[in-house]
Amino acid sequence: MSLFVAQILNSFQLGALLFLMSAGLTLVFGIMNFLNLAHGSLFMVGAYVGATVAAKTGSFTIAIIAAIVATMLLGVVAERTLLRQLYARDHLDQVLCTFGLLLIANEAVRYIWGPSPVFINVPAMLDGTVRIFGQNYPAYRFAIIVAGIVVVLGLYLLISRTRLGMLIRAGANNANMVSALGVNIKFLNTVVFALGAGLAGLGGLLIAPLVSVQPGMGEPILILTLVVIVVGGIGSIRGALYGALIVGLIDTAARVYMQIGLLQIFERSVGQAIGPAIASMLIYILMAIVLAFRPQGLFPVKHG
Amino acid sequence: MAKLEIRELKTWIAGLVILLFAAVPIVSILTDQAFYMAQYSRIMIYALAAVALNLILGFGGMVSLGHALYIGIGAYGAGMLDFHGVTNGWLQLLAALGVGGLFATAIGAVVVRLKGMTFIMITLAFAQMGYFLAVTLRTYGGEDGRAISARSQMYLLDFSNPVVLYYAIFACLMATLWWVDRVITSRFGMAIRGSKSNERRMLALGFPTFRYKLAAYVISAQICVVAGFLLANLTLYASPSYMQWMVSAELIIMVILGGMFTVFGPVIGALVFLLLEEWLSNFHSASFPAFGELVNEHWLAVLGAFVIVVVLTARNGVYGYVGKRGRTP
Amino acid sequence: MRIKATLAGLGLCALSVMTAQAQTTQPLKIGFLAEMAGIYGAPGQDQYDAFMLAVEERGGKLGDVPVQIFKEDTQFKPDVASQIVDRLMDREKVELFTGLTYTHIALAVYKKINDKGGFMIASNTGPAPIAGQGCVPNFFASTWQNDQLSEVVGKYAAEKGYKNVFALAPNYQAGRDFVAGFKDAYGKPLLDEVYTPVAQQDFSAELSMIQAASPDAVYVFYPGALGVNFVKQYHQAGLSTIPLLNTATTESINLPAQGEAAMGAVNGSFWGPDFDNDTSKHFVEAFEAKYKRIPSQYAAQSYDAALLIDSALRKVKGDLSDKDAFRAALKEADFKSLRGDFKFGNNHFPIQDFHIFEAYKDGKGRMNVRRIATPMVQAQDKFAAQCPMK
Repeated sequence: MSLFVAQILNSFQLGALLFLMSAGLTLVFGIMNFLNLAHGSLFMVGAYVGATVAAKTGSFTIAIIAAIVATMLLGVVAERTLLRQLYARDHLDQVLCTFGLLLIANEAVRYIWGPSPVFINVPAMLDGTVRIFGQNYPAYRFAIIVAGIVVVLGLYLLISRTRLGMLIRAGANNANMVSALGVNIKFLNTVVFALGAGLAGLGGLLIAPLVSVQPGMGEPILILTLVVIVVGGIGSIRGALYGALIVGLIDTAARVYMQIGLLQIFERSVGQAIGPAIASMLIYILMAIVLAFRPQGLFPVKHG
Repeated sequence: MAKLEIRELKTWIAGLVILLFAAVPIVSILTDQAFYMAQYSRIMIYALAAVALNLILGFGGMVSLGHALYIGIGAYGAGMLDFHGVTNGWLQLLAALGVGGLFATAIGAVVVRLKGMTFIMITLAFAQMGYFLAVTLRTYGGEDGRAISARSQMYLLDFSNPVVLYYAIFACLMATLWWVDRVITSRFGMAIRGSKSNERRMLALGFPTFRYKLAAYVISAQICVVAGFLLANLTLYASPSYMQWMVSAELIIMVILGGMFTVFGPVIGALVFLLLEEWLSNFHSASFPAFGELVNEHWLAVLGAFVIVVVLTARNGVYGYVGKRGRTP
Repeated sequence: MRIKATLAGLGLCALSVMTAQAQTTQPLKIGFLAEMAGIYGAPGQDQYDAFMLAVEERGGKLGDVPVQIFKEDTQFKPDVASQIVDRLMDREKVELFTGLTYTHIALAVYKKINDKGGFMIASNTGPAPIAGQGCVPNFFASTWQNDQLSEVVGKYAAEKGYKNVFALAPNYQAGRDFVAGFKDAYGKPLLDEVYTPVAQQDFSAELSMIQAASPDAVYVFYPGALGVNFVKQYHQAGLSTIPLLNTATTESINLPAQGEAAMGAVNGSFWGPDFDNDTSKHFVEAFEAKYKRIPSQYAAQSYDAALLIDSALRKVKGDLSDKDAFRAALKEADFKSLRGDFKFGNNHFPIQDFHIFEAYKDGKGRMNVRRIATPMVQAQDKFAAQCPMK
């Protein structure tokens, strides 16, 4: 029972992280029709900047602010100079250019910080365990779940209660119409991109104390994020949320329990051979099934 | 047959490159530098894969970010059978094509109905699946991959002779180029190209676009399988790293760099890209050694910048640019 | 008559001195193959730095012969490595190679180098095929055979009397091999054996499993970045009370990033920075002074490779044309290794001691390792018998 609870919590923690990454990316795609392969690089920059600031100042809170600000700035600069030239182009060009940016980002980071992983501590306050449903669970991971919930609520308020949120919703629904109605669409695009970048940077910093901060750390999470967006529905934040939870569940709890199940059915050596293989492929199988039956995703944006 | 305009610069360039490829083994033997044959064998193999990819990418508008999967299948066809003692190259190739056909049809059936970003991402995801599957194949080396004991026994052709292998690859490339050139003006080819520009109209005209697109996808995949088989023979190694998504991205770059609206473009793209890669990663500057070190250690960044510049400026690629002011189909 | 003879003799002497000099003024070319970029680059960088340290200490020479190092990044791709070897051997006429960080790269090129008459002194990976049936005369390893690194930890676990051991590793060849080596030497069945997907960096699921299982000890093989992640998360999950035994996880290259999370973790290796012999002490001092970090076992292996090459080149006076002589000189291994005595087995892998190291905080406040046991003395790898070489 306790293992089950722990695995569910683990799933939520991964889900929280994925939501941070996919919320921004799905908006950027929904409104600007722009596929950004360099989104993982923003995640990486957030982790690096945060780690360095935390080491210099000793304060995790300042590191959070620094990571978000740095990635937002980077996002704005990139968007205004290079990326907005690609909105009109087809996805192939966008894929290639952002892939080029990805390469440059990895090398730049390696040049500035070196090839070895960089170190950041979990804040002392969170360096323990909390008791949830009679189970000891790492406090920091729980904090990530909490942070995820805060961001979900914050985004909900932003999207449904503010003028900016209304513009974003309208843009996701019909970008041309919004522009025709006299809204400064360029400014809106920059804001949306910066928002996505900031969320990605936050995600990078939050996970940094748990994983190694190194060049190329953004790519694995990028691929998972793409799966979340496709499963959830492009342009839909609701889809990003549910997609993140589903992928989080499958990539954590389902993986473990499926392997346990396989070991019950098959002989140990066979189970150990095929278990990890199927585990790695589970989310892609999910994506294939979703796309086969509902190509627009599970919670698509309702287009006017 | 598409008209061969002898006066066009493009044709001259294509002819020169073909001549270059044909001459490499001769030069290689004369200068006693076996290295050139190996280097250009590798270039031609990737050119072959790039031409295959262009069939669905440039002409069909399907951006596959997972075509390296099929190169991997080709390589593992040779590797896995070699492990079990089957060194008959024809059998290995047959097995690889069989598996490749299965995968391509299954994946294609799901994927071909999708468009745009979803297509790109799902091809990426399937390639990742293939990569992880290969990594878990413990008997065949897992993540490390496996060395192949000897070149495939092709009976009529002695692959262990580098010159024979070289010209076999050359022949495959020439045959594929000729075939693609014919196909794109055939009814089948027109259907594919039509689907790219306006699929609804094609459907209205009575073309079963799904079938055609699927067929194109499978054929393109199978050519990559052949390329993978040849690659395994050249390097005597089969590794999951042949299937990494970076390789798929590099293939797309080769196609764009060369010119995706032409048949021969990808060959130029592969040539330029691979030579550039080699030049950058071994860059030395006698007068500015520090700069040289910077470049050859971070050559991926230089490559990234180069890709961006090419995409933004020379949209039709080197070859396309030379040919005519962007002749889009 | 005697004057003529003397003159002729002097002339011959002068001629031979001149030709000898002419031979040695051409620098000896050495190919250094490793991964030095991206996420796989950290061990290769250590290997390179240590090797260059040895060369610089000798004024740009090895074996009193000036050397030219061709530093090549094999990019973790076997086909690229294969092509690099072709280029260096055909165009640059390189006959001596060292480096090699990863198993699949080594497997892709070692036969080719041997068959073309080149020599390979591998300073990291030691795959079973090369140690056993696939052994070749021109391959030498200054390092260890992969299995031995986990066997020593298995032996230690048995000696400490741990009853329930939980093992984890990434799900690829090396991962399975290391766990198998551990199991072999440990002798008892494991509590559980889990193989994680290779790309997986977040071990929350597996750590929850360990918590539920409550083992006496945990054995892992997570090299490089995976090791950093695992140890940090292990500590985070409050599991540090359970002894963490490992191979290649809490070693000098990872300790700066793992920090205090690695305290008390135990790993197996052939060398540690606290070794007492002159060569080792000098090496650690020089490396720390030049590169401002503690050398890892990767650096040590590479430094030893340089010393080995240095000794062999001196014996043949920098002339590689007599392959048999050079091979014999390498086999002799007549140098002062930083691991103490050094000798090769029949398969050109070293016969050496293996030790257990514990991670601790040293006098300078850095995370470091110190030796606490030596379970394997003068051990030869188990594949040597399968190698037909004498």
